[in-house]
Formats: sequence, C-alpha cells, structure tokens
Amino acid sequence: MWSWETFADAFPIIITGITVTLGLTITSYALALAAGFIWLALESTPLKIFNFIVYWIREFIRSTPPIVQIFFLYFAWPMVPYIGTSFTPFVAAMLALGIHFSTYIAEVYRSGIESVDKGQWEAAKALNFSQKDTWLKVVLPQALPPTIPMLGNYLIILFKEVPLAATIGVVGILSLARSYGANTWSYIEPLTIVAILFLVLSYPSALLIRQLEKKMNRRFDKKNMKVKVTE
Amino acid sequence: MFDSALNILSYLSQGLGTTVSLFLAATLLAFIIAFVAGLCRIVKNPLIRGFTMFYVELFRGTSLIVQLFWLYYAIPILFNIHLGSNWWIGVIAIALNYGAYMSEVVRSSILAVDKGQTEAAIALNLSRVQRMRHIILPQALRLMLPEFGNYSIQILKGTALVSLIGLTDILYYGDIYRSTNLSEGPLAYFMVLVMYFIIALPLIWLSKKGEKIAKRGVAG
Repeated sequence: MWSWETFADAFPIIITGITVTLGLTITSYALALAAGFIWLALESTPLKIFNFIVYWIREFIRSTPPIVQIFFLYFAWPMVPYIGTSFTPFVAAMLALGIHFSTYIAEVYRSGIESVDKGQWEAAKALNFSQKDTWLKVVLPQALPPTIPMLGNYLIILFKEVPLAATIGVVGILSLARSYGANTWSYIEPLTIVAILFLVLSYPSALLIRQLEKKMNRRFDKKNMKVKVTE
Repeated sequence: MFDSALNILSYLSQGLGTTVSLFLAATLLAFIIAFVAGLCRIVKNPLIRGFTMFYVELFRGTSLIVQLFWLYYAIPILFNIHLGSNWWIGVIAIALNYGAYMSEVVRSSILAVDKGQTEAAIALNLSRVQRMRHIILPQALRLMLPEFGNYSIQILKGTALVSLIGLTDILYYGDIYRSTNLSEGPLAYFMVLVMYFIIALPLIWLSKKGEKIAKRGVAG
C-alpha cells in the first residue's frame, strides 16, 4: 500500500540521480545534433550507391530498439575484433542514444534545408558565393530556425529515453528508485517519484516548445516551411 | 560466421511469438485508446475533456520504461488484481503510452479538416454523429496515416522493453545467448537488431504508403 513516509524517505535519495540523468540527456543530445549533420553529409555524396547504403544504415538504426543498441555497445562492443573497446555504462548509453537520435535529427535538418527556396541557391550561385559561404551565410541561417521546435521536441523525447540507461547500471533517477525498491520492497513510491520528476521536467518544456512552435508558425509559413521575407 | 548467424536467428525465433503477439495486441489497443481519447478531447463536456487531457499529458510526460515498471509493481498492490501474466502488463503499458501520443494525432487530424466541410454537413442537416462518421473522420483518417505508420514502428521498438519484466521476447533470448556464448555477443545482438528490422520493414513500407495516400488528398 501507499505510504507517505516511504515517499518522504525515498525522495532525497532519488533526487541525487537527477544530475546523471540530465547530464546523459545533454551529452547524448549534443552528440545527436552533431551526428545529424554527418548523416546528411554522408547521404549527399556524388556516389549514389554509397548514399543509398548510408540511408539504409540510418533506417536500420532508426527502426530498431534503442535498448538493444545500448546492450550492443555495452555488452558486446568489447568483444568486437580489432576495434572493440569497453565503455563505461555512461559512455555506452551516451553513444547509443546519441547515435539513435541523430538518425531523427538528420531528418529534421533535411526538412529544414529542403524548405529553403531554390531561388536562394541560385542567387548565391549568381553572386559567386563559395560552397562554404552558400551554406553558412545563405542556406543554414534560413533552414535552421524553423526546425528549432522540432529539435526541442526531440530533446524531450530523448530525455524520456534516458532511463533506459538504468538497465546497464547508469545511476540516474530510475536506477536509484529501483535499488531503493530492491532494498525496502516498496517500489510504488520510488517509481512514482521518478514519474513525477519526469513530468515536472518534461511538461513545462513541452509547453514552452508548443509556445515556440506557435511563434515560429507566425514568422514562417508553416505549410512548406518557407521563410517569409521580413522588411 | 554465416552458420552461427543462422544458428542465432533460429535460437532468437523462440521469442518471435511473444514480440509479435505483444506488438499486435498493443497496437490494436493503442489505436482504440487513441480514437477514444482523441474524440474525448473535442467533446463539449469539460469534465471529459479535462480528464482525457490529464491522461494524455501524464503518459506523454513520463517515459515508457517508468510506466512499465510502475504498472508492473503497482497494479497488483494498488488495485489488488493479478492480471495473470506479465504479457498483459506489457500490452497495457505500451498501449497506454502510445495511445496517448496517437490520440494527439487523431485530435489534430480531425481539427485539420477544413471548417467548410462541417458547415456543409450542417447545411445538409446531418446530425453531429453523422457529420463525424461520414464527413470528418474519412478525411481525417487519411491525414492520420503517416503518423500512425511511424508510431507503429515506435510501438515495435517499445516492445523490446518487456524483457525487463520477465517476458521471453527476442531480446530476452538474445541476452541468454550472449551470456552463454560471450565471444559471439556482437553477432548475437546484431541478429536481434536484424530481427527487429525485418519486422519493421513492412511497417516502414506501410508508413511510406500512408504518406502518399495522405498527400493525395480526398479528391484523388
């Protein structure tokens, strides 16, 4: 049965895991943001067959369970011949979640880039911009801002996948709650605390993102995500 | 190498039944929840709307693995019912979680149908239920298809968590295989991933198909 004493007892213990949970969220998100660009670069080489293979590798990672990928990196990667090394649980989880989510982030970037009007590319070419300047000064400044709400949504989704790392022993809030349960045989209170912590952190962020989305939709034409010219 | 890959595949296939049955049941239940909750979000009664919104935000705001553990420990204690098997807990947890997400798809798709359609239906003297059944839903369904395809893949990925509550799915057999053949660990988990991917392939195809249908619109 429910006991408030257990609740009060467990709370200070579980809350200490929040730094690890948030740390893992932020580091794997940073990895996902960076790796998202790498996917796009690898998928737009002049070699069509190579792009095709990379696309299916990405599809493979995207549509298989992240928990298996975490297990793969933590338990099995050390056994891989030649390149295998063992990771700490934190690093294994960070790599697995970061790479898993980068496959989604790449899709977000792509939608942003595709929304940039063709005329912008042509204008950059006409003005003799270099490849680098075309990307950095013309395309990306228009492509990225409309994707911010989507990127924010993925941050929240990633945050909710982070407790998977408890399965390989990363000591975040879920891990602490489960060990508290194992010691005291009361699981409901600690797990409720974990749920509350997730809700308290993710719900306001979700509201913030929805607000941002509305603002963005006002600034940018939502239908084809075209950037409106502002005087 | 090839032999042991096949060997692992046949070993893992012992868990195929659990994964697939869980996936199908959870998907079906999630669809039902999504439609019920999605429609409840747009009724007039503020109590029903408020309660549904609470459910949706609660399950979207916490994570599936936490919900799975919570239900696993809480259902028998708090409600004093034993479901008889963890299979049901897996199905319920996954369906409640994705049902909440998918109800938002249902709701936003219904709201996305042009207002003129409702007005025309009113002008033709159709009742509220008739409007929804014959005019709005058939159009909204097309809009839902691509998202539903995506969520079915998410549900499949979510089923991999049930080995944590003791169900013998594909991942469970993968874990057993690895712990008895340590050197074959990479291949074992790779084959687990391959197996999930093979199940996911028709879903990927379906969601691409759904995207096309949604783009074509009603008149096509």
